[in-house]
Formats: sequence, structure tokens, C-alpha cells
Amino acid sequence: MSKVAITVNGTLHTKEVEDRTLLVQFLRDHLGLTGTHVGCDTTQCGACTVIVDGKAVKSCTILAASIEGASVSTVEGLADGEKLHDVQAAFHEHHGLQCGFCTPGMIMASVNMIERHDGVLDEATVRHELEGNLCRCTGYHNIIKAVLSAAEKHRTAHAVAAE
Amino acid sequence: MYETTYHKPGTLQEAVSLFSEVEEAAYLSGGHTLIPTMKGRLAAPAHLIDVRRIPELSGITVGPDRIIIGAATTHATVAASEKIRALIPSLCGLAGSIGDVQVRHVGTIGGSVANNDPAADYPSAVLALDATLHTDRRSIPASEYFDGLYTTTLEPGEILVRIEFKVPEIAGYAKFRNPASRYALAAAFVARHRDGNIHVAITGAGNAGVFRWTEAEEALQARFEPDAVKGLLPDENDLMGDMHAPADYRANLVGVVTRRAVENLGGILIE
Ligand SMILES: Cc1cc2nc3c(=O)[nH]c(=O)nc-3n(C[C@H](O)[C@H](O)[C@H](O)COP(=O)(O)OP(=O)(O)OC[C@H]3O[C@@H](n4cnc5c(N)ncnc54)[C@H](O)[C@@H]3O)c2cc1C
Ligand code: FES
Ligand code: FES
Repeated sequence: MSKVAITVNGTLHTKEVEDRTLLVQFLRDHLGLTGTHVGCDTTQCGACTVIVDGKAVKSCTILAASIEGASVSTVEGLADGEKLHDVQAAFHEHHGLQCGFCTPGMIMASVNMIERHDGVLDEATVRHELEGNLCRCTGYHNIIKAVLSAAEKHRTAHAVAAE
Repeated sequence: MYETTYHKPGTLQEAVSLFSEVEEAAYLSGGHTLIPTMKGRLAAPAHLIDVRRIPELSGITVGPDRIIIGAATTHATVAASEKIRALIPSLCGLAGSIGDVQVRHVGTIGGSVANNDPAADYPSAVLALDATLHTDRRSIPASEYFDGLYTTTLEPGEILVRIEFKVPEIAGYAKFRNPASRYALAAAFVARHRDGNIHVAITGAGNAGVFRWTEAEEALQARFEPDAVKGLLPDENDLMGDMHAPADYRANLVGVVTRRAVENLGGILIE
């Protein structure tokens, strides 16, 4: 057992957990944050994607104990009350989901992608960057549209902020 | 996954001593091979010794004819390194073609080279760029390092610390991916060294893992052009044949990716 302190969506959580506890189990079972999904449990599907210290990662393949002290963002931390995050709103608007199982991972990967590229993205880059996220429903086209539209919004917002 | 005890030593000495003191230990780097293996109960180390906090295993040093990469450096860091790109752009391209974004954010060069998966990308660069593998106790030339499928000449408890690549005059990397796993079905790293020697390393295809394709090296030595390897194929008895691709198909692919690597010197071609 290890005492693990991780900041999740801005709140520091300290828990005594088994060393084999995966980050996704820490989030879902120990903190009750079930927005992060487990699709494959074999590092393939990306449904478990969260952002750790600014990087999108597959939380089913990271030991919680190994990221002691880190800062984690999950899908629960995106919306501001009733107001959806721009990426969530874009998925809604462009019908970027059907069953919704892959969506939390898709959205966290997209939020991170838009941040790392400062919103400067084209279709080929978005497709390349989403290689680690599988969707069995949508056929991806609307997901790509949603990400590109949220990226555009990010660019505009930042251009305004910079003026 | 069976129970395990996690350790995060801060020094090389501490890590090596710990490994020798406890039973059934394994080093953990990015964990993107080891953790899935543990989940499948194909490995069950009682102790995991995380090497990522050991200072000697991080950082990238660049000299005029050498690039030295700490073993715990992630694929994403290598892919984005401007210092490496200025000297060996195809090494950045190779790193950026591994798995997907999330995997590249966590997986490390040391873990990949220690694991020696026959379809992994880095082993081809290690062989073609005549690398030296520096460990906690010695330096191993690439030619004496790989030892068959998933096997290297690292001793039990030996830690890979840094990988030193020779800067070539020019190099190219071409890969044909399995459309499902996205690992290489065949990939070639071709380098012309500053002394004029040409190295061709093939991954994904060999039934004993990564290998130098000497016939192609000789042909390219005579004429450093894509057409020099036209019609040349490796012996299919030395290649893997499995449900993904039979050996004769892989032999053909080896010829294709080698030609493409020479067509894309200074870069990469991934299909
Ligand atoms: C979905 C997915 C797709 C992938 N696609 C590709 C791909 O296209 N191409 C590719 O090449 N790889 C691919 N990989 C593998 C990935 O690159 C792994 O990160 C890599 O093989 C192992 O590195 P790691 O840092 O995760 O090592 P770990 O899993 O931590 O360790 C792997 C092995 O090396 C040992 N080890 C680790 N570090 C050291 C050290 N410093 N000294 C001695 N021994 C050590 C460990 O004990 C273990 O046995 C993929 C992985 C996943 C999950
Ligand atoms: S659940 Fe983690 S990648 Fe599928
Ligand atoms: S919406 Fe169903 S898996 Fe993506």
C-alpha cells in the first residue's frame, strides 16, 4: 500500500491505495469520478484518456503511485456548471457522438491536442493525433469536424485575448 | 494484475542495489509494455523499480558527431527535439511514428530498446546508427546488444542508462504498418555514415528480431540509389510468417521499405 496524493481537477486528493492501482481505478473507484471510461483495458482504445501534467495519457496503463504529486484533468473538470467546455459543446453541435462511450476519452485527447497546438490544426493532424482513440459508432467524420471547430474557436479566443 | 510493490529510487546506485536485494524485481520505465503484460498475468514482478526519477536517465546531449539520449526519455520528447532534428531528422520522425500520442507521451526509448520487440521501431535506428548502449556497468556496441526475440545481452539487474547514436551523413526511415496494431510489418532504417559505410537495419520482419541486411548494404555501397536494391529480397527462411503476413510477403515488403527509405533520405515514409 502507498499513500498517494494527486490533484484532480484542481482538488488535492490523498488516498491509501494498493501499489498496483491504476490511475483509472484511482479516479473511478477511489474518487468516484466515473466519467473516465475503461473500454479495452489493453492500452488500445483511448476511452480512459485523461490529461496528466499537460499530456494526454491512457490512465488504464499508468500506476497511480507513479504519478504522485501530479495534476490530472478529467472530463468532469471541463464544464463550468451548466456551461459546457467549448470542446464538449462542439461535440454536441456537430453530433460527434452516438453511444457516447468513447466520448470522454475523445474529448480529453482533443482538449489536450488543441492546447498543445494552440488551436492550429488541420484535418490530417487531427486524424493523426486521434489514432489512439477508437470509436465504434460515428465513423469519426463528425468527431473531426467537432475538433476543428473547437480549435477554430480556441484560435479566435486567443487572438482576441492577445489584442 | 497480481499485487506488487512499487519503488521509486532517486539514484542509479539505489536502483541497482534494490534490484539485487529483493526477489522477482523488474524495472519500470513508461510501463507501456510492462503494465499490459502484468495485466495479462504474463509477468508478475513482486517489485517494480521505477527508473524515471534517476537523473542519469534523462536529458538529451548533442555533440557534432554524437547524440546521447537518456533511457527514460519519452518518444514524444525525442519526436519534438529540435536539437535531434537538426542532425538526424529521421530519428525524430521514427519516434513520432510510434503508437499514438498517448503512448508517445509515456513510452520511453530505454523501455523500447530493453524490451526488443521484433516489431518495435527504435531497435532499427540503434543498429543502423551504430549506437552504443551505456548501462550502469559498461558500454555495449549495438552489434553485440540484440540477442533474438525480446532478448538483449543486458544482464539481470543491469540498467540501460543512455543511448549514444552516431550522427550519419544522411539517414532515412520507411515503415509499412499493420493496419490493426500499427506496429511495423516491415520497416527499414538506412544510414550512410560519415566514413562512407552504409547500414541497413530491418525491423518487424526478422524471425530473430531486428537485423542488418548485408546484401542491401553491399548493393547500396556500390550505388547509393533506390534502384540499387531493386529485385533484391532477403531469404524468407529468416523472416517471420504469422497470421498478419506470411514470410514471402514480408520479404517483398522488406525490399519495398528499404527502397522507400533510400527515396526518403533526411525524412521518413510511414504507410
Ligand atoms: C497501443 C500501443 C502501441 C504501440 N505501438 C508501438 C509502435 O508502433 N512501435 C514501437 O516501437 N512500440 C510501440 N509500442 C510500445 C511502446 O513504444 C512502449 O512504450 C515501449 O516498447 C516500452 O517502453 P516503456 O518505457 O513503456 O517500457 P516499460 O514497459 O516500462 O518496460 C519494458 C521492458 O523494459 C525493461 N526496462 C525498462 N527500462 C529499462 C532500463 N532503463 N534498463 C533496463 N531495462 C529496462 C522493463 O523491465 C520491461 O521489461 C506501443 C505500445 C502501446 C501500448
Ligand atoms: S481502456 Fe485504456 S486504452 Fe482502452
Ligand atoms: S460514440 Fe460510440 S464508441 Fe464512439
